[in-house]
Amino acid sequence: MLAALFADLMDLGGLLLVIPLMLPVVGLLLALLVRGRTLGRFALALLLLGLAAAAVIAAAVATGDQALHYQLGGWAPPLGVALKADGLSAVMLLTTAVVLLGVGIYAQRGFQVPAGLPETRRSLAFWTLLCGIWGGINTVFLGQDLFTLFVALELLTFSAVPLVALDGRSETLAAALRYLLFALLGSVLYLLGAVLFYGTYGTLDIALLADLIAGADTLPPAVPVAAALMTVGLLAKTTLFPLHLWLPPAHAGAPPAASAVLSALVVKGSFFLILRIWFDLMPALLTLTAAQVLGALGAAAILFGNLVALRQTRLKLLIAYSTLAQIGYLFLIFPLAAGSSSVALTAGALQVVAHACAKAAMFMAAGLIAASLGHDQIRELRGSGRTLPLTVLAFGLGGLSLIGLPPSGGYLVKTLISAAAVDTGQWWLYLVVQAGGLLTAAYLFFVLSQAVPGPRQPTPPHERPRLAQQLIVLALALCALLLGLLPLSAVDLLEIGRPAAADSGAVSALLADAWTLDKLWASLWPVLIVAALVLAVRYRQQRKPPRPEGTSATLSPGRALDQLDHLLRQWPVAGLLLLVLVAALVQTMLVGG
Amino acid sequence: MSGTTLFGLCAAALVGLGLYGLICQPGALRKILAFNLIGSGVFLLFGVIAQRGGGVLALAGTGADGDPVPQALVITGLVVAFAATAIAVTLLVRLAETSARGTLEGDEPPAPESSDARRT
Repeated sequence: MLAALFADLMDLGGLLLVIPLMLPVVGLLLALLVRGRTLGRFALALLLLGLAAAAVIAAAVATGDQALHYQLGGWAPPLGVALKADGLSAVMLLTTAVVLLGVGIYAQRGFQVPAGLPETRRSLAFWTLLCGIWGGINTVFLGQDLFTLFVALELLTFSAVPLVALDGRSETLAAALRYLLFALLGSVLYLLGAVLFYGTYGTLDIALLADLIAGADTLPPAVPVAAALMTVGLLAKTTLFPLHLWLPPAHAGAPPAASAVLSALVVKGSFFLILRIWFDLMPALLTLTAAQVLGALGAAAILFGNLVALRQTRLKLLIAYSTLAQIGYLFLIFPLAAGSSSVALTAGALQVVAHACAKAAMFMAAGLIAASLGHDQIRELRGSGRTLPLTVLAFGLGGLSLIGLPPSGGYLVKTLISAAAVDTGQWWLYLVVQAGGLLTAAYLFFVLSQAVPGPRQPTPPHERPRLAQQLIVLALALCALLLGLLPLSAVDLLEIGRPAAADSGAVSALLADAWTLDKLWASLWPVLIVAALVLAVRYRQQRKPPRPEGTSATLSPGRALDQLDHLLRQWPVAGLLLLVLVAALVQTMLVGG
Repeated sequence: MSGTTLFGLCAAALVGLGLYGLICQPGALRKILAFNLIGSGVFLLFGVIAQRGGGVLALAGTGADGDPVPQALVITGLVVAFAATAIAVTLLVRLAETSARGTLEGDEPPAPESSDARRT
């Protein structure tokens, strides 16, 4: 019967696309009526329905072998607003549904109304904001109109910002305000770009604009300016290095369930729009120089984010900086798009999915560890491996995907990027990917080497996590880890609805020898060396008493790195860098084009 | 100077002033106001574009003077900007209540002692 229902639903075609937009809005509105202790269960039921809807859409796209279209109210663009789900959107919808369901199960406990109270603001705020984020990001994935996408992005930001400040401490309020103001700067730049597009072409529909841009012999100067403004505005929301001033305090200060959503999903919404702009709207405008500017920023993000992560003493801050580094991988794909856009897109989408699952698992694992220990100081994690074996295991498995060890999704991403980089002669990308993996391995093993040894804690833990929470964290980590084992045909789903690429089969060609023994060994042995080094350093540290604070050399590279990070996260510096970046992108497009 | 050029220049000036304020002014309230300046500039530019025509209706050859679509978009944009301002001001009020400060500078204390000192 279920199969028949599934088939009936798939026959709905384009109308299906309304479901992922309706469910969160229904949740938002009904949450005000449901309230109280049942709200968490209600939201969970909606999230389950959402997962089913996303699965049906993905199945419909895969079996129909074409994108689903829907025009709201039957009005065709340019006056109406179109929705479209190609393979890429379908995969993103599915990932969002899976991660949000995981977060929903995890948050049942933390955001439940305590017995005896009719309702709490914290619980109502969390579940409504979660629905807001869900609706915003689904609209980002489906919208085909630059202005609709603007509204969707704002919905996403406005739901994400209060999540940061849910506990009302002054640090988190300040972090939320910084996040909001910088994101607003980004969105106003995006809007300015959209306005320039409208002024030039008289429409905001992506498909119509793409035809107009592709058909033009010479582009009016407003187009590169608009493209640069929109891209940089979105970069501010995606927090690509060096525009990361708000990310570490916001992601590290939020409650764990909220951090997971912010890090795994919210920053990917704006990245998805960057993909739409550069791969759908104006693929021809992505000159090699412009692509290399984005790629260089991504490379800097990987190295800088990982190095700063190594310096952190708090687990959640470490994970937040690791997000900064992982966002860098998303931008390495732009220089590769010159060789083959399908390889670039596949690597980008895989990285989004793998990072979403892994990072959600890691933030929630860190939340469980912190709740059990009462703090998240990395140097005092001793014994948590005994107290919370499943959680520490999940943290480690998620980390394996970030390093890029087989069989994780991260391994496929690294294999694709490395192979494509070598093919297109961009060796620096290959080196950055390898170095990034090793740095990630260093801090992951450092955390694990603190957490795993040691006896079970003598003091009773502050809060015993529920088994369901531990299991859902482990399940998300396993999703990231086993992503690499998906058959290649699953990767083909990403290609559906895109213009037939001349280089079809490029992805499978690059991935063909990913599973040979020497490839696997080649990805493994450097990580093993790093693990041995970390253990050696840790052993030495235990033997020698730690140096008292303040006696170390004032010019140590680590301290310089901290200072650089501090400098980059000053408002005036980040704001000026933003403007410089706009100018640089315009310049590269005008000169390169 | 034609009307469109004048309004276009006004829009550019508003955006420029707003950018300056948002980037250089340390006070959070000033940043919020500066964001509203940029927003006004962008909406004014959109209005200029509507006045100039060249939108959907002109392309369709209706001979309509001006283009109504940007007005609908500007109204939506105003609502969004209003919501953004409301959230930002609420956060700022709460921040002022909890920690008695109104700037965003230096909220990354380099050493934990200084942040404790400020909170007490």
